[in-house]
Amino acid sequence: MVLTRLIPLWIAIVSGVAILVSAFIRPMESWGENFTDTFNVIAAIASVLGAGSLLKANLAKVSRRDAGWGFALVVLGTFLITLVVGLGKIGVHPSHDFPQADFGGKQETADTPFGWIYEFAMVPLTSTMFALLAFYVASAAFRAFRAKNLEASLLLGTAFVILLGRTFAGVVLTGWLPDWASGLRLENLSVYVMQVFNTAGNRAIIIGIALGVAATSLRILLGVDRSWLGGGER
Amino acid sequence: MAGTAADASILNAHRLPLAAWIVGIGAATTIFVWRARRGKPPTIRRIAALEAVDEAIGRATEMGRPVLFIPGIQDMDNIQTVAGVTMLGRVAKTAAEYDAAVEAPVCRSLVMEAAREAVQASCLAAGRADAYQPDRIHYVTDEQFGYVAYVGGKMMREKPAACFYMGCFFAESLIFSENGNSIGAIQIAGTAESSQLPFFVAACDYTLIGEEFFAASAYLSGEPDQLGTLQAQDSGKVAVMMFMVIGAVVATAGVLMPSATWLGEFGALLRKAMGG
Amino acid sequence: MSLLARLQSLDRRWIFLLMAIAVAGPILWSGLTGKTPPEQPTDAARRVLKVIDDLPEGSRVLFAFDYDPASAGELQPMATSLMRQCAARKLRIVCIALWPLGGNMAQETIAHVIRADFPSLREGVDFVNLGFQAGNEGVMKVVLTDFTKAFPKDARGQAAADLPILQGVRTVRDFPLLVNVSAGYPGSKEWVQYVVSASEGSVKMIAGCTGVQTPQMYPYYPGQLAGLLGAIKGAAEYENLLNGVMGGDPAPKYLEAQRRMAPQLFGHLLLVGLIVVGNLIQFMGRRGTRA
Repeated sequence: MVLTRLIPLWIAIVSGVAILVSAFIRPMESWGENFTDTFNVIAAIASVLGAGSLLKANLAKVSRRDAGWGFALVVLGTFLITLVVGLGKIGVHPSHDFPQADFGGKQETADTPFGWIYEFAMVPLTSTMFALLAFYVASAAFRAFRAKNLEASLLLGTAFVILLGRTFAGVVLTGWLPDWASGLRLENLSVYVMQVFNTAGNRAIIIGIALGVAATSLRILLGVDRSWLGGGER
Repeated sequence: MAGTAADASILNAHRLPLAAWIVGIGAATTIFVWRARRGKPPTIRRIAALEAVDEAIGRATEMGRPVLFIPGIQDMDNIQTVAGVTMLGRVAKTAAEYDAAVEAPVCRSLVMEAAREAVQASCLAAGRADAYQPDRIHYVTDEQFGYVAYVGGKMMREKPAACFYMGCFFAESLIFSENGNSIGAIQIAGTAESSQLPFFVAACDYTLIGEEFFAASAYLSGEPDQLGTLQAQDSGKVAVMMFMVIGAVVATAGVLMPSATWLGEFGALLRKAMGG
Repeated sequence: MSLLARLQSLDRRWIFLLMAIAVAGPILWSGLTGKTPPEQPTDAARRVLKVIDDLPEGSRVLFAFDYDPASAGELQPMATSLMRQCAARKLRIVCIALWPLGGNMAQETIAHVIRADFPSLREGVDFVNLGFQAGNEGVMKVVLTDFTKAFPKDARGQAAADLPILQGVRTVRDFPLLVNVSAGYPGSKEWVQYVVSASEGSVKMIAGCTGVQTPQMYPYYPGQLAGLLGAIKGAAEYENLLNGVMGGDPAPKYLEAQRRMAPQLFGHLLLVGLIVVGNLIQFMGRRGTRA
């Protein structure tokens, strides 16, 4: 009870209050940085736990020959290869300033195995996953943007203004409007929607979120809400 | 630019208005929690997404399929992740009572540990210690799109009946929710990332918008103390709205009556009070 | 099966195929013809150009690369053009990154712009890449008090405090301009909240961000943000303006954003079409039910 609830609770309270106060008292500014650095160190050490979990889960899949165990083998293989190549600095060129020093070079440079893994595996894969969004936006637009009521119809109209106004189509469709009606040109209308309506709505949401963050943080710092410790009972 | 003479003082005077707001919200929290403890808990409006949590888990139990819970892609230093892990605890408790499996692949090692603690405690609280299986909460990868690829593939293969997305999300929000839609899962999302809210609203069945997400833990607990903090949150909103109305009136009057210089000074004072 | 029934149960892979054609077709056309759709710059893009232009020669600029290869399609063109203008104005460019792969993006941008087109600029004197630093907004808080504590070494391993470009730099307030290209967290919003607001006007900031992030940044423009480039559209507008100012025949790398507007045009038109068809399906379905 003391180890699992009381000590973590007091660590959270003390560090939370220290970071809060450090924003207002100049000699204490470094305290907030120190607590943040401490968290970063703990998170880095905890990555070992994550790696262990990853290995355990995938090894179990392979040993049980679960459905898709071949993919688990790929995960294990690529994990180990990247780890060995990166940690071992395999194929890394010597440092320009210290050519005699072993392991002095950097593995992130382009023409090293680690750099190749980044350039020819990481970059294409992450770009591919990000590119999926274009397809999913199209299917979401087809399925979800229906004029079911007045609010949905207004949303539709705004969507048309922004979609067309952010491309050359907007200029073609409404570029002919005279100067006195230039505010109705789609490209200007889209900027107006972003700067006025979108800004107003976003500000309201941001203010609500900020107050929500403040209230949640206070609940945690005052010890009112302890469910994050596990259990939720006082 | 070099620091000014004022920088030599102990207190950061430029942030005093912010300190005043924090003290004010803190005082409001204390007062409303005290009132709630004295038997005057506030009435909270119905939040459809939170009412649907039980329904979603029940559906998963009937269909014999798991519940998928994604606590965001940030670490435990993000308040949204803390709120997400808290929600995971509540969902896990209900799932343990209904005998539904909860799977929570996570993106950060610390989140994995915190989530395991939360789920274990929830299973114990539900009297179902046997329902806790730590391997169901596992780490995948820190890399955003590697995690997205794993979760997307898991959803397509295992077809969870209910998907919860509670935490901090970025570009992957639409990928998750569209995948969930394609497998026919009931989806409940909650995030404070305003840029991702439109994607969740378009593709999920229920969405907790911004502060509703932070209120979720207090709402589901039903404890008077926590509900009191919601009232404090709302009182802060009322105060901000008052400042906005007064500021808008003063700024408009200042434009209409340029000779009244006191309006400009009052407006500057209000701006300072709001931390500007 | 009637047409309505077919449309109501349309496999979404047909929609994916249409999107693939809408995006790939213009890319091929643009690649073959070299043509790009015309651009009409907005006020926000003009301001970005002006803010950089107004800086005296030799001023330091802090260039924060807060994105990774996943977002490079949208953000790399604006990073390229922003660095080009800074180099052409003979500003001293200090590159940093708060995303793990941001340091690599900075290195690539330096290679494509400065080393390729401004070879007289010297590393450590006119520009430097200080690389990635872990800590998210913690780093932003540190740069407010001690810049070289946050970034002690450059990407080559040399001590930052010894670099001529950083002589006299104590805090981030010693940079009159912060240029941030960001894809999410930590990014432009955090820079505004933790650095621009805290520096009380001594640091101006320009942000270039993804389309999804842009609505979030508009509340800060033009107050805390002196200029804002939103998505590939903003990048194309700014590129167009800069090419006009720089004159001559720009290299293909300085036309990338404008090239990518062609697939954006057809992609958006497809989305409009899909929304219209989706609503037609809904109305036809309702009429069928009532009948």
